[in-house]
Amino acid sequence: MIPVCPTTALPPGEAARVEADEPIAVFNVDGDFYAIDDTCTHQDASLADGWLDGCAVECPLHASCFDLRTGKVSGPPAKTPVRTHRVVVQDGMIYVQPAAATDGAA
Amino acid sequence: MSPTVAVVGASLAGLSAARALRNQSYDGRIVVIGDEAHAPYDRPPLSKEFLAGTASLDDITLGAPDDEDLGLEWRLHTTAVGLDHLSRSVLLEDGSEIRADGVVLATGARARRLPGSEGLDGVHVLRSLDDAIALREELAAAGRLVVIGAGFIGAEVASTARALGLEVTVVETQPVPLAGPLGAEMGAVCAGLHADHGTRLLTGTGVAGLVGAGRVEAVELTDGTRLPADVVLVGIGATPNIEWLAHSGVALGNGVLTDARCVTNIPGVVAVGDCAAAWSAAAERHVRIEHWTHALEQPATAAAALLGTGGPTTTPVPYFWSDQYGARIQFAGSRRDGDVARVLEGSCADRSFLVVYERHGQPVAVLGMNQPRLFTRWRRQLRSAVLTQS
Ligand SMILES: Cc1cc2nc3c(=O)[nH]c(=O)nc-3n(C[C@H](O)[C@H](O)[C@H](O)COP(=O)(O)OP(=O)(O)OC[C@H]3O[C@@H](n4cnc5c(N)ncnc54)[C@H](O)[C@@H]3O)c2cc1C
Ligand code: FES
Repeated sequence: MIPVCPTTALPPGEAARVEADEPIAVFNVDGDFYAIDDTCTHQDASLADGWLDGCAVECPLHASCFDLRTGKVSGPPAKTPVRTHRVVVQDGMIYVQPAAATDGAA
Repeated sequence: MSPTVAVVGASLAGLSAARALRNQSYDGRIVVIGDEAHAPYDRPPLSKEFLAGTASLDDITLGAPDDEDLGLEWRLHTTAVGLDHLSRSVLLEDGSEIRADGVVLATGARARRLPGSEGLDGVHVLRSLDDAIALREELAAAGRLVVIGAGFIGAEVASTARALGLEVTVVETQPVPLAGPLGAEMGAVCAGLHADHGTRLLTGTGVAGLVGAGRVEAVELTDGTRLPADVVLVGIGATPNIEWLAHSGVALGNGVLTDARCVTNIPGVVAVGDCAAAWSAAAERHVRIEHWTHALEQPATAAAALLGTGGPTTTPVPYFWSDQYGARIQFAGSRRDGDVARVLEGSCADRSFLVVYERHGQPVAVLGMNQPRLFTRWRRQLRSAVLTQS
């Protein structure tokens, strides 16, 4: 598991990027934490820099929306989902468990 | 018989229009006519990743797996040569015609050429996939590139060619590049990227002509300077593809003229993307926007107008991005001369900043370099500000 940051460092509406084999973005949606691949499946943009709207994040470059719970993309230009990752909160720390590389999100 | 919509132009705006029609529950026939042989592809990578060789044709196709469900009738490699407004028929080059109940004009724009450059090898423009493939091939074998025009496409090609190891000179007639979209102050800051990365930028100099017989050898400037060149890229803007509508009765200006909902003077005929100049109440004139996001989003408005469903109207805050020398530039809003640019975050010297343009103390536009997160917030804020005003 990869440590992200203390829960207090990631208030609701905020996102953090963690380095892993593929970078991961962790979001706080009203106290619930979600983790997905950080790199948009369309081109090169970091989803942690995107706009959080409920359980979806909008890519900062061309506005594809990804569902944080499933990784699914709502519309073009992105065509493929991002992977989702498990988030664990322990003793006030946020951790992510990266999904296996082959683990499709959908 | 089920109704027919003909979409002319098989690129971002045309495909987005077809998708929007289906999204808005239109289940009639849709015929998409495009003069290129290729299925729709994305243009922005043509000066960036595709030119650099890091993105493949597969990576830049616009089609998505579930586009099959759209049930579109493709007429690729087919040029539309006219529109008969009485029968609302699109006339094709082979003499056939497609009768339609609704027509979407989405023929985009083409790169402007330098007069006198015809027939000279080594001189390129960049608009289409074929242009990009030809330019990429020549850059691979060349040592010196001269870029004429320091706009976004010129700057991106310069940046890509530098990364490929070429010696690059950019020539710009205006004293400051990008002053139109960004203002002189910020245009100069963005143009500073060239020097940072070893590209020579010459401003305030016109091009007198191209030197060479059969193949270009140099670019001659108005002050007499000769810039030796193996390859020349002409990036001096684009012209809307509207000549084919000359006798159609569709009102034309700097593009196909439409109202704010993309409707032309001919009922049942709408225009979208780079070929269209839509009425802007804010600017009090027709404005032709040549940005990717506009071509993606605007067709939803046109589809709604065509179907008479009301639906969404044009996204009011123009947005574009540009990638140069590893820097991401993003701009949203409408700037005009007299607006005051204020650095809110970072610094221009560090090539990481957020600048807000203000008019009478109100933010009207925002520019970011390598500040995607903050930029996105500001872009949102501008969008909601416009929505509450309207
Ligand atoms: C190299 C390059 C880089 C770019 N980079 C950026 C960027 O970084 N950011 C950004 O915001 N925007 C960028 N753009 C702009 C963006 O790509 C355009 O705004 C967008 O492509 C417009 O889409 P469109 O469908 O309206 O027009 P187009 O993409 O021009 O498509 C029009 C299509 O219609 C076809 N056509 C024309 N006439 C006819 C006819 N008579 N019959 C049949 N077919 C016809 C054309 O061949 C073409 O296929 C870039 C453009 C280029 C060329
Ligand atoms: S990079 Fe995310 S939508 Fe294009």
